[in-house]
Amino acid sequence: MLRFILTRVSLVIPTFLGVTFLTFLLIRLVPGDPIEVRVGERGIPPERLLELRHELGLDRPLWQQFLDYIGGVLQGDLGVSLVTRNSVFSEFVTLFPATLELAALAMLFATVVGLPAGIIAAVRRGSVFDHGVMGISLTGYSMPIFWWGLLLILFFSVGLGWTPVSGRLDLLYYVEPVTGFMLIDTLMAGEYGAFWSALHHLILPMIVLGTVPLAVVARMTRSAMLEVLGEDYIRTAKAKGLAGKRVIGLHALRNALIPVVTVIGLQVGTLLGGAILTETIFSWPGVGKWLIESINRRDYPALQGGVLLIATTVMTVNLLVDVLYGVLNPRIRHSR
Amino acid sequence: MKRILLGAGLGVAATLALAAPAQAAKTLVYCSEGSPENFNPMVNTTGTSFDVSLPVYNNLVQFERGGTKVVPGLAETWDVSEDGLTYTFHLRKGAKWHSNNDFKPTRDANADDVLWSFNRQWKKDHPFHKVSGGAYDYFNDMAMPDLLKSIEKVDDYTVKFTLNKVEAPFIANLAMPFAAIQSAEYADALQKKNQIDKIDQAPIGTGPFQFVAYQKDAVIRYKAFEQYWGGKAPLDNLVFAITPDAAVRYAKLKAGECHIVPYPNPADLEAMKKDSAITLMEQEGLNVGYLAFNVTKKPFDDVRVRRALNMAIDKKAVVDAVYQGAGVPAKNPIPPTMWSYNKEIEDYPYDPERAKKLLAEAGFPDGFETDLWAMPVQRPYNPNAKRMAEMMQADLAKVGIKAKVVQYEWGEYRKRLQAGEHQMGMLGWTGDNGDPDNFLHVLLGCEAARAGGSNIAKWCYKEFDDLVVQAKRTTDIAARTKLYEQAQVIFKEEAPWLTVAHSVVHMALSKNVVDYKMDPFGIHRFYGVDLKQ
Repeated sequence: MLRFILTRVSLVIPTFLGVTFLTFLLIRLVPGDPIEVRVGERGIPPERLLELRHELGLDRPLWQQFLDYIGGVLQGDLGVSLVTRNSVFSEFVTLFPATLELAALAMLFATVVGLPAGIIAAVRRGSVFDHGVMGISLTGYSMPIFWWGLLLILFFSVGLGWTPVSGRLDLLYYVEPVTGFMLIDTLMAGEYGAFWSALHHLILPMIVLGTVPLAVVARMTRSAMLEVLGEDYIRTAKAKGLAGKRVIGLHALRNALIPVVTVIGLQVGTLLGGAILTETIFSWPGVGKWLIESINRRDYPALQGGVLLIATTVMTVNLLVDVLYGVLNPRIRHSR
Repeated sequence: MKRILLGAGLGVAATLALAAPAQAAKTLVYCSEGSPENFNPMVNTTGTSFDVSLPVYNNLVQFERGGTKVVPGLAETWDVSEDGLTYTFHLRKGAKWHSNNDFKPTRDANADDVLWSFNRQWKKDHPFHKVSGGAYDYFNDMAMPDLLKSIEKVDDYTVKFTLNKVEAPFIANLAMPFAAIQSAEYADALQKKNQIDKIDQAPIGTGPFQFVAYQKDAVIRYKAFEQYWGGKAPLDNLVFAITPDAAVRYAKLKAGECHIVPYPNPADLEAMKKDSAITLMEQEGLNVGYLAFNVTKKPFDDVRVRRALNMAIDKKAVVDAVYQGAGVPAKNPIPPTMWSYNKEIEDYPYDPERAKKLLAEAGFPDGFETDLWAMPVQRPYNPNAKRMAEMMQADLAKVGIKAKVVQYEWGEYRKRLQAGEHQMGMLGWTGDNGDPDNFLHVLLGCEAARAGGSNIAKWCYKEFDDLVVQAKRTTDIAARTKLYEQAQVIFKEEAPWLTVAHSVVHMALSKNVVDYKMDPFGIHRFYGVDLKQ
């Protein structure tokens, strides 16, 4: 098992280096540097441009900048945002809990709805329910997040007035961030009204962000269940006279869950990617919105650091899923 | 399954409706469009960052609410010497500083704070010069380092600025956001604690609103400053809810989650006008979008050609199609809200026949080939340069001119235009200090016509230049107005530009907002605004 984990970890290193290099290079290929983006129509005298570039270290050869950056990263220093002059890491840490809270709830939503829907669809294969679930999940999977978010806002927030349009908390509350997770912070502060408000604000973004994973989970669960339900041991269980619920809940579901767990794990990447759009629509103060602004402002260190930290998160989760998969399915670790 | 979920959803919604907290006293929520870099207008260039720092700070002088006239700020009065080189400011007594957990002021604003604030931007060895990046773009753009000879403290409440040359717009420059006054005492306190960065993150000012808290990318909170020298603001609290998407801002306004919304989507304007719960305000922005003819290149060195092009393009059709109601055709290089705007000027009519005749006189009976540069990005003064270029291209084809549309990446585009590589190029300008000099000298003067300068027509015309330079050296407004009016006549005759449009800026407000005034500089100010309870 240890050997299995070590192999997995060693594979992370080249991925990590690749991500660092690609972000570093790609953002520099985008025309316009942080200073030019800022000056606009008024222009800037060439000597002043050189001076400012020098101050930011942008006048050095690219390879040197990259080596310095990698050196810093290895020592845990992601640099300072060119715009706010705060440490990139501290900015990320301030904003990441908001993204994580939203992503976790979206995943919860996707699992809680998608798993049962997939199971029922499989058990009642070919029924109206099955076709309905598959149709809806295909629609959900193809839904443009931006459009879907605005549609829900117009319907539920503006039309019906059930949910707030955007933000994380009603403006009348002010809760000092401790963990950065609004649900936890409001409870810790003993502000139950604020807790409800935070939950209330989470509903729409959670649904929007959870829609694609929901579709994936439902479809995956259905097909895994269908496969398992056709196995001999299920027929045997049924032949033994076990109750239908017990066959499905214990024997079939356990085996069907293995690929589903992997898929759920892989959705973390999708969630963090989708968070960029969802956060922009719902004015959600997370890392997605921050990354978009960093691109617009050509804030190299913020963008590089942000992408790197998100990539690290995704890689860690994938690693955990791999390990968990090994635990769930002994065949995997023994085959190594 | 579905029924249960829906039922649970309704239950949650009902509980939440009951749990809604009671309305607090007069809190105005402004749905702002983006996050600020920090809370110091000296180091920033965007409207977004000016908006968040203006409630906190005062300048020596400031622009009147909703106008471009300069009125007293921390300086109650000022005298200008006969030779126009020395400005003496007499400071207001009893202007109180805000306080926060780290800082309790022991004195009122005085000359030390004024010196400290200007020296921070001016002197490279100032201990705070490097804080927050220390680029001071506006201080440099307005040529303050060349202009300033010295700043001296005469006594605690008198400061003397000496200039190297006469510069009439100097007073207007001091009303620009970059010339805010920070507290020297706060700076000292932070320096002792080794927290100098805090000066721009947790701002202390003398302004009408005191900074309370900023939750990054989400909410900025202020409360009215009780001891404000101008009197406490009618509002009790001011909140900026950062909402980057325009459609969502509109939804928030409709749902009652904010009172004031900037930059609405042009597509939503019609619906906003019809909505009885919303007031839609509009104002011509302090800007101009134009097409410059490079007069150093053939055939645009011939004034007849430039006039012909002014008549060959159906300006009204272009403006209607491109701005969709958010723009008015421009006849002068300065916007109509600016003093000295010459109303008497008559624009060239749309007359392709006369244009053809003029072209024939100039030796181009069959037209010619040229390039037509268009911005690759949306700008405040031009929402769609590409579309505009295509429409102009079609109009020009009718008089025999074949124009090829040229586009570059935005930074590159500006650089090449300023270098004068184009024959015809679009650009525009948004005013900084409300002074005509900021348009007429900066964009059309000889000094700016050098390669790399912002006069992209590269038009250096002595008669015009003499007028605007003289106006710069004159401090009397009436005399300056005359000079600028005359300069606009010459500009129109010589036609170095096709003046296209001034864009119109919109703001959407909830009906219970009282006395909001749109600012010609496109900045959003909240002192003086009230809410109907």
